[in-house]
Amino acid sequence: MRRIISILLENEPGALSRIVGLFSQRAFNIESLCVAETDEPSLSRITISTFGDDKVLEQITKQVNKLVDVIKVADLTERPHIEREIVLVKVLAMNNKTRTEVMRISDIFRGDIIDVGKQIYTVQLTGDEDKISSFISILSNETEIIEVVRSGTVGIARGEKALRA
Amino acid sequence: MTSERLSGAHLLTKALAELEVEYIFGYPGGSVLDIYDAIFQQDKVNHILVRHEQAATHMADGYTRATGKCGVVLATSGPGNTNCITGIANAYMDSIPMVVLAGQVASSLIGGDAFQETDIVGCSRPIVKHSFNCRDVNEIPNIIAKAFYLAETGRPGPVVVELPKDILNPDIKVPFVMNKEVKIRSYNPNVKGHSKQIKKAVEKIINAKRLVVYTGGGIILANAAEQLTALVERLNAPCTNTLMGLGGISGLHDNFIGMLGMHGTAEANKAMANADIILALGARFDDRVTNKVEKFCPNATIIHVDIDPTSISKTVNAHVPIVGLVDVVMDQINKELDNVDHQPSKDAFKEWWQEINQWRKLNSFSYEKSADVIKPQQVVEAVYKHTNGDAYVCSDVGQHQMFAAQYYPFKKPRQWINSGGLGTMGFGFPAAMGVKIAFPDSHVVCITGDGSIQMNIQEMSTCLQYNLPVVIVSLNNRSLGMVRQWQDMIYGGRHSSSYMESLPDFVKLAEAYGHVGMQVNHPDELDGAIKEAFAIKNRLVFVDVLVDENEHVYPMQVRFGAVDDMWLKKGVKV
Ligand SMILES: Cc1ncc(C[n+]2csc(CCOP(=O)(O)OP(=O)(O)O)c2C)c(N)n1
Ligand SMILES: [Mg+2]
Repeated sequence: MRRIISILLENEPGALSRIVGLFSQRAFNIESLCVAETDEPSLSRITISTFGDDKVLEQITKQVNKLVDVIKVADLTERPHIEREIVLVKVLAMNNKTRTEVMRISDIFRGDIIDVGKQIYTVQLTGDEDKISSFISILSNETEIIEVVRSGTVGIARGEKALRA
Repeated sequence: MTSERLSGAHLLTKALAELEVEYIFGYPGGSVLDIYDAIFQQDKVNHILVRHEQAATHMADGYTRATGKCGVVLATSGPGNTNCITGIANAYMDSIPMVVLAGQVASSLIGGDAFQETDIVGCSRPIVKHSFNCRDVNEIPNIIAKAFYLAETGRPGPVVVELPKDILNPDIKVPFVMNKEVKIRSYNPNVKGHSKQIKKAVEKIINAKRLVVYTGGGIILANAAEQLTALVERLNAPCTNTLMGLGGISGLHDNFIGMLGMHGTAEANKAMANADIILALGARFDDRVTNKVEKFCPNATIIHVDIDPTSISKTVNAHVPIVGLVDVVMDQINKELDNVDHQPSKDAFKEWWQEINQWRKLNSFSYEKSADVIKPQQVVEAVYKHTNGDAYVCSDVGQHQMFAAQYYPFKKPRQWINSGGLGTMGFGFPAAMGVKIAFPDSHVVCITGDGSIQMNIQEMSTCLQYNLPVVIVSLNNRSLGMVRQWQDMIYGGRHSSSYMESLPDFVKLAEAYGHVGMQVNHPDELDGAIKEAFAIKNRLVFVDVLVDENEHVYPMQVRFGAVDDMWLKKGVKV
């Protein structure tokens, strides 16, 4: 089962490598990983998209929590939450027909064309993992995809629940 | 606060002195020469010069296991640090506090493949509790305080502190500022058991018909042996210890049913398999205990007390998980027991004990003596006799380790020192040296094998330098016995590389290092030789005992079986 793990940790050198190291050392999966500073500069927030059964997930959260740098860990998928990912897709747009199709598909998905070249369009889109995957697959039916850059998932709990120090 | 200004190296030695560190085990090199110079200029912290950095880590480790005080290691950048890796991993697996001061090339050179640069923090990351890259001379005392705090509290473990050469520079002096009251917002180790869980556990305990108290190294680390004994006596329950937990209750206690697991007693493994309630205290259901997890005690309700939540339900599912310090939780259990209406009666387990006593009659540690060859078990019994059961017994890894665990009943915690989790050959001798430093007047024996002893034998030189008269008793079977045993049992007797056909003359070797060497090869000489060895007080004695090379360790769990599927002897299963 796919899970989104949110980690609040000290924004210190080495902290990220401990998280990543832990996942590889204990053979946990990482589908995607996002990390950046929070509003409080001494803290970082990591979102990891992973998969595993309940037993594995229990070990993941416990093991991550055990790291000295980690302040809090939550499995966002346990509760109502919002997930977002951003993707930048560079496609071939050789003729009018493909250009129109790319624009039309981007519109339907509420994407933006953020760069236009002679034969190239670059589209930006945000959404959850499913939306982004289907966007890419539909685009690929219409034209040649040159490059896909996905940010990996970030997530936040719905309502008042928050992960703070 | 004094306004005295000190260099990084002096800040370090002062910080160690403030934390009452008596010994550092180490080896010098370019990156740490400033530290060595600072050590030279003070007299609070003593440095023990080993002959190989791995031995420094094991010495610190042995010192810690015997005293409970955090051991300190100092090594130079590059090879000095990488030589420490095995010892760090060893401490990590057995949750032994240790602070490793790791020299590093100057900050400006880091990352450039400088001479003797290795990323020791990176190399050791999976085998430490935490590590610090010290980058500012002012931070040294506080980082040292934090390192000790982390190493010693919660589930203890090794902490590496990387010290680049530039911050140790004798010309850069800053005031000494150290906050001994360490607080780390992301780390909160003092955990009490959840009161609801304690209630649940006690309810299970008082309604149990076939309770087993199963305890591990956590009891030793928490200095909770007396408490454990009191609880076991109060409940009149059978108690079994893991290899790491031996001494948690006296090996001579009536309620002690022996070690459990791969080479445990029949009664311990049978009792586990037939228990209705298992109270696990500071033990982690290691695969050397459980045997095939799927077949492990299917009918038991498991109460699992551990300071580390990751240990709970990792291999075996716990029905009543309790996260907390084991001594605190035992107090809570005791208080809760006081509160219940029906006090547990001493006879509650009468029938259970009758069953257990039947299993005891299997006499699983019986072995046959011979008129012409010495049996390894016999040697351990002789060591027990001539040390009155009071020695610190440090063991290496192999058959001799199991014989030591089986035939030397430990009366007290911290008396039995062995590498349980990592199973590190080469641990025993330097560990014994670390114990001897702390307890010069006690018998300290290293029970080892012809293979293991050669993995740190160079430390005989250190023993001469610092006068560490440990007694080395080598159960010399001319082979890597434990490997050979598996080859006999599983690989059709094909002894692939388990022979040591070119053993040195250990007696001469001991003598060459300036010590006393003895060899024994006949059963009739054994008792006298062991007696003599322990009578020599001021010199290291190496007793090379030629033992039966065909002896196997029994009982032994049948591979992939239940906890109590075991070979009692060659060809005899229970
Ligand atoms: C560093 C290390 N390498 C290899 C092993 C695997 N191993 C376990 S026991 C053993 C044999 C030990 O031989 P010896 O010290 O003579 O003890 P014996 O079993 O003969 O009593 C070996 C090779 C180990 N535990 N540690
Ligand atoms: Mg041997």
